[in-house]
Amino acid sequence: MAQTRDAAIVGIHEYPSRVVGPGVSALQIKAASAAKALEDAGLSWSDVDAVYDTGSHQNIGGLGISEYLGIKPKIIDSTSVGGTSYEFHANHAAAMIAAGKCNVALLTYGSTAHSDRRAIGTGGYASSGPNNPHNNMEAPWGMTLISNYGMVKARHMHQYGTTNEQFAAISIATRKHAMRNPEAVKAMTELEFVGIQELTVEDVVDSRMVAWPLRLLECCMISDGGGAVVIASKEVARNTAKKPVWIIGTGEATKYRENGGDITVSAGGQSGPRAFADAGVSPSEIDSLMVYDSFSITVMCLIEDLGFCAKGEGGDYVAQGHLVFDDPAGPALNTDGGGLSSNHPGERGIFLLLEATRQLRSESTSQIADPKLGLAVGNGGQLGSRHATGVTILAAD
Amino acid sequence: MTTEKPLRPQPQFPEPDTEPFWEATKDHELKYQTCDKCGEVIFYPRAHCNACGSLDTTWNVSKGEGEVYTFSVIMQSRHPAFKDIGPYALAYVDLDEGFRIMTNVVGVDNPIDDIKCGMRVKLTWEDQGEGNIAIPVFEPA
Repeated sequence: MAQTRDAAIVGIHEYPSRVVGPGVSALQIKAASAAKALEDAGLSWSDVDAVYDTGSHQNIGGLGISEYLGIKPKIIDSTSVGGTSYEFHANHAAAMIAAGKCNVALLTYGSTAHSDRRAIGTGGYASSGPNNPHNNMEAPWGMTLISNYGMVKARHMHQYGTTNEQFAAISIATRKHAMRNPEAVKAMTELEFVGIQELTVEDVVDSRMVAWPLRLLECCMISDGGGAVVIASKEVARNTAKKPVWIIGTGEATKYRENGGDITVSAGGQSGPRAFADAGVSPSEIDSLMVYDSFSITVMCLIEDLGFCAKGEGGDYVAQGHLVFDDPAGPALNTDGGGLSSNHPGERGIFLLLEATRQLRSESTSQIADPKLGLAVGNGGQLGSRHATGVTILAAD
Repeated sequence: MTTEKPLRPQPQFPEPDTEPFWEATKDHELKYQTCDKCGEVIFYPRAHCNACGSLDTTWNVSKGEGEVYTFSVIMQSRHPAFKDIGPYALAYVDLDEGFRIMTNVVGVDNPIDDIKCGMRVKLTWEDQGEGNIAIPVFEPA
């Protein structure tokens, strides 16, 4: 399939605060970010004709956020597939723009997960969720979200011989990038991280066990935050304030717990090849790689399943140390610091798009030289049960 | 006055897909479905076959023998039933009949050292009180 350049990211904003306190709501984060992202693009509120939002924090989903913002869109998409929702949104927006259904799509995200003290990782389902087969077949055994990912890591180690020391390379690379990002350092400070500095293998493998075999420094933080992305048609993109970052390839897939299935293979094994085929590029051409780092194991699986190395060889691949921004031998991983060391308000997929865009505009605090192709791959749901993996491949103008 | 152990999170009803599964646990039966049309082993329980959409399924009783596919040992949970019991193992167990269940592996001294992927296990039950459902868990075979 020939690569197309019909839609581009033309405006971005990342809400700077990770600890907003009681005076700021998730909706306010969304609106403030939308205004800044439109300003970044040189567009105005009235230019927006499509709204993409997971529909959280307001009544009646995408309708509620559109009303709150004061926009009357032609297209509303409140696809909600967890952390990768915003890759799905970017992909859908690009398709709708290419089809001529809209011209300026606004993606908004806001969350006060930290200030709400939401127990995302260790809370368990308790018995408070809706009556459905998922909850009824998981909650009674005391599953926590982290243990769900822990089961994937344990199987990866069993099946391929991957070691904790190899997994540590993921935390080390992202922390190195976080230390160069003032907003990430501020976040770690405000969230009272112990040891706000670059990490060693020993730091990671000696950190507190949370859900064996996952240790504290392999788990993302829980912060507040949000952001917005503006995606526009090529006609609009000709006149925006900054150079457009083109959406050239998209892929989406899901994976469920399956009888006899291989838990180490994520839905990225399906959505990755779809996106690369769409873009007409290969993994070796990607120079900045934004991967949903909810946990070290998420990155390990997605890097393998997208074809940056062979399945099961991710341990050797990451341990080579090429994922840091100043090593051209490999793609630069999560150059903002990622969910491990910069921010994780719950649905982190939008930040993957934001940092991939910053790289391709040469605006990152860990900027690679001569950026051409970036990739954002999100993972939503839970890796060890039902999850979705959205892939968005981006190209510099 | 006796101090009662806090109950695990209980399955919530009405929920017609898994209710027959949980009803059978009162008799210590581990039930799973097969599709009458395509033969698929269906689990978690559903009114339809997830492979072909057929509504004709048959309930079967498992022998309760299988192996640990993978597991994680939870050091920290905020739920009252789990927060004070020390590290406990969440697992996927592959039953010999071809279905995979989320469960716990119990009956070991140290879950991190004593449980292995591929280890053979057998079914046991954690009763939740007179007349209530029971929770299927597994111990080394």
